[in-house]
Amino acid sequence: MRHVISVLVENEAGVLSRVVGLFSARGFNIETLTVAPVGDGETSRITLVTRGEDSIIEQILKQLNKLVPVIQVADLTEGEHVERELMLVKVATDRETRAEVLRIADIFRSRVVDATPTSFMIEVTGDSSKLDACLALLTPLGVTEMVRTGLVALSRGEKGMVSKSGH
Amino acid sequence: MKMTGAQIVIQTLVDLGVDTLFGYPGGTVLYIYDEIYKNKHRIHHYLTRHEQGAVHAADGYARVTGRVGVAIVTSGPGATNAVTGLATAHMDSIPLLCISGQVPAPLIGNDAFQEADTVGITRSCTKHNFLVRDVKDLARVLREAHFIARSGRPGPVLVDIPKDITVAETEYVYSNAEPKIRSYKPTLSGHIGQIRRGAKMLQQAKRPLLYVGGGAVLSDASEELFRLMEGLNFPITNTLMGLGSFPANDGRFIGMLGMHGTYEANLAVSNCDLLVAIGARFDDRVTGKVSVFAPHASIMHIDVDPTSISKNVKVDLPIVGDVKHVLAQFNDLVHAPGYRSGLQDLAPWWEQINEWRRRECLRFTQGSEVIEPQYVIQCLHKVTHGEAIVATDVGQHQMWAAQFYGFQKPRRWLTSGGLGTMGYGLPAAMGAQVARPDGQVVVITGEGSIQMNVQEFATCLQYQLPVKVIILNNGYLGMVRQWQEFFYERRYAESDMHVTPDFVRLAEAYGALGLLCDQVDQVIPTLEKGLSHPGTVIMDFRVSREANVYPMVPAGAGLNEMILI
Repeated sequence: MRHVISVLVENEAGVLSRVVGLFSARGFNIETLTVAPVGDGETSRITLVTRGEDSIIEQILKQLNKLVPVIQVADLTEGEHVERELMLVKVATDRETRAEVLRIADIFRSRVVDATPTSFMIEVTGDSSKLDACLALLTPLGVTEMVRTGLVALSRGEKGMVSKSGH
Repeated sequence: MKMTGAQIVIQTLVDLGVDTLFGYPGGTVLYIYDEIYKNKHRIHHYLTRHEQGAVHAADGYARVTGRVGVAIVTSGPGATNAVTGLATAHMDSIPLLCISGQVPAPLIGNDAFQEADTVGITRSCTKHNFLVRDVKDLARVLREAHFIARSGRPGPVLVDIPKDITVAETEYVYSNAEPKIRSYKPTLSGHIGQIRRGAKMLQQAKRPLLYVGGGAVLSDASEELFRLMEGLNFPITNTLMGLGSFPANDGRFIGMLGMHGTYEANLAVSNCDLLVAIGARFDDRVTGKVSVFAPHASIMHIDVDPTSISKNVKVDLPIVGDVKHVLAQFNDLVHAPGYRSGLQDLAPWWEQINEWRRRECLRFTQGSEVIEPQYVIQCLHKVTHGEAIVATDVGQHQMWAAQFYGFQKPRRWLTSGGLGTMGYGLPAAMGAQVARPDGQVVVITGEGSIQMNVQEFATCLQYQLPVKVIILNNGYLGMVRQWQEFFYERRYAESDMHVTPDFVRLAEAYGALGLLCDQVDQVIPTLEKGLSHPGTVIMDFRVSREANVYPMVPAGAGLNEMILI
């Protein structure tokens, strides 16, 4: 089963390689991974998507917790949560396809962030399946380049991951 | 008070109570060694002949004392040579602090002379590691490293210090407070609800078994374990790492379990209805085929490391906590009035176990011609009254030592259980001898293993460490040969090692005493002569070339599928 795991870590050198090294050393897989400093900049938040049986996920959560710079670990898929991903897509256009690209962008409530006479760059946000659907429509029109951030997610409701430091 | 980084290294170690270092100097640690020179009166440095030896020596020191062993190595090859020592300690959860030099910070990443990405290389074979980037962090990092090494599930921690940091100055502020690391808080006490449930399970079991591992040694829980057994009268088996946590001559001890475990221990695992794992991690050498491991048992698991629980074998009752604390919590319940009357009658279970015992799975026949390796260890037990500190290397001799020495007390058994590092024994014994100058420290080794760190005899001589080395010399890499005999139709590919140095003359070359023994009736006299000699001794016992370790559970088989003699 697919799991979205949120990891709050000390924002220090090498912490990402500890997390990634753990996954490779123990044969766990990572589908997506995002990381950025949060709050006061002393911590970073990693969101990663992985797959595995319950026993594997349990090991992943425990092994992450065991890393010294890891402050907290949560499996967001255990409860209600919001998932988002951002994608930038560059589509080469000609006179016939330009209007179609804009229509598709509109359908997915995405924005054009760059335009040249022969191309558009479109920014799409949503859950991963929405991005997949958008990409499926744009691909036949001539996608020349695209990038996705990987998933970020937060649990629903007022409770945060670490209450005392206010995240 | 203003100090240089090098001075801070020494001052912090002294303030942490460290008075012994094992190491090897080199370019990037010269400022630190200059301070070692100036602080000879309060910190003793032992110069090994290889960095691997230094880390193993610190490891042996740690296993015997329970304190953090400290090693110091230079950058580049110094650090890479330390890797096997770190990995050995990591697999066996031994508290170590390894300080490595690093090229000056501005040169890091430039492929400088003797540069290696030490923090990168050692990340997966340490509990944690640090690269110090500012001299202001140095004292704090060393204290945190020492704390992380010794707390929770212990392990090796490496601190990499660039040379320019050792010469930079900052204010040193004394502190003996326990470091506070918000992301690192090991659990000490067990969950009381779980412990109550556990105590009930102990009462209900008709065929219980305690399976006790190295965690009981690491947390110094022998007293609590013995007290628990006063209330329970359960059979108890040890893992390789757990030997000595419970006295081997106690009637309730049924030997080691696992690949080379006893018949009675392995059958007890296969037939018990309650398995209580205490500071053990269900290693593949213990479980054999996992799907048929303890198939009739509920499993309770006490361990300080949550990742060990339900990693290989699904556990019914997990209890996370330090073994010593958790057993004390159990003792409160087990020794409460009325508890013991609720226990089941274990007589039928003991009857069954005693029947298995009568199989005498460790039996061997000592003829009059060829020395059997097991016999040498039995004699060693006799001559030392089972009270020696025994270090081993890896292979057949290691298993025979585990099976036949009969450890009565913890922290006297030094063996590389997890990583299986040949070359561990001699340097580990040196560290043990440094810690216990008056103790009888013995290395049981083979002619293959001893050659992997043979250079350390010079260290023994330099510091007059009277380590006694017993080589069970069969001219083969014996365990490899045994597997080739059993599973590769006796094709002894590259396991014949009959070409060795003349160990007697080798001993003499190092200034030690060398003794050769190839007569059965000379085994005891040789041991007596060697062990009573005041200095370092090598005893070369020419033993039966193709003796095998029995019982043996083939890799991937169930524990009840033992090859018996």
